[in-house]
Amino acid sequence: MEKKTKINAEEGKQELVITREFDLPLDLLFTAYVEPELVEQWMGTKVLKLENRKHGGYQFETTDPMGNKHVFNGTIHDFVPNKKIIRTFEMENTPFDVQLEFLDFESLSTETSKLTMHVIYRSVALRDQLLKLPFAQGINMAHNRIQNLLNPKK
Amino acid sequence: MNLRRDVFQAIADPTRRAILLLVASQSMTAGAIASNFDTARPTISKHLQILTECELLKQEQNGREMYYHSNAKKMKEVADFIEPFRDMWDNRFNKLEAVMKKHKPSR
Repeated sequence: MEKKTKINAEEGKQELVITREFDLPLDLLFTAYVEPELVEQWMGTKVLKLENRKHGGYQFETTDPMGNKHVFNGTIHDFVPNKKIIRTFEMENTPFDVQLEFLDFESLSTETSKLTMHVIYRSVALRDQLLKLPFAQGINMAHNRIQNLLNPKK
Repeated sequence: MNLRRDVFQAIADPTRRAILLLVASQSMTAGAIASNFDTARPTISKHLQILTECELLKQEQNGREMYYHSNAKKMKEVADFIEPFRDMWDNRFNKLEAVMKKHKPSR
């Protein structure tokens, strides 16, 4: 199966760009980021707070297979419906510094749309560390057993 | 079939990782590989079969003996650490697409 998501992470840069084209009209794609119950469904998180406006904030909570809770939060710096969201992203109680995310939404046709996510990290080292995280953990939600084996300390 | 996923399943097993380390420097027969483990021979054979199916190992006939050696090209592919990161986002966005396609009729 062809992967529709592209990652551009140039060596030595503290940023990366994630692009994805969707078989969804632009407004539906944007709605997926706005409605808490929809965010919960596709992100697999509990939405504790989601204020879709400039100077708003959000807070999500996920529970891992071991039952540990992980909280993510951020501040929304700009919010233009069907166009863009600029926000910070931070994992609480981790050594990882906050990152800045520019989400640009665009229409490709009446039935297709594109998301470009430009993420900026505090340092090149931090970006590379976060990029390797899914690899180190064996990623894939269906592969929790792998996660335990590759990362026995957790 | 998703080969890439199979590769990560293959390297998730500690015995299979040990086998890959063993044959990294030299080609070995199944017997020679098995002699490094306390595990029963059929179990090692099964591991070798999985690693061969995922193309992490290659078989080579040498006279009457079958030798195993690691497939450098495939190993490099696994070492491409961005791939799992991309898989993570791809899965997440596939979910988004599926959720929103179902959401459509109710609008």
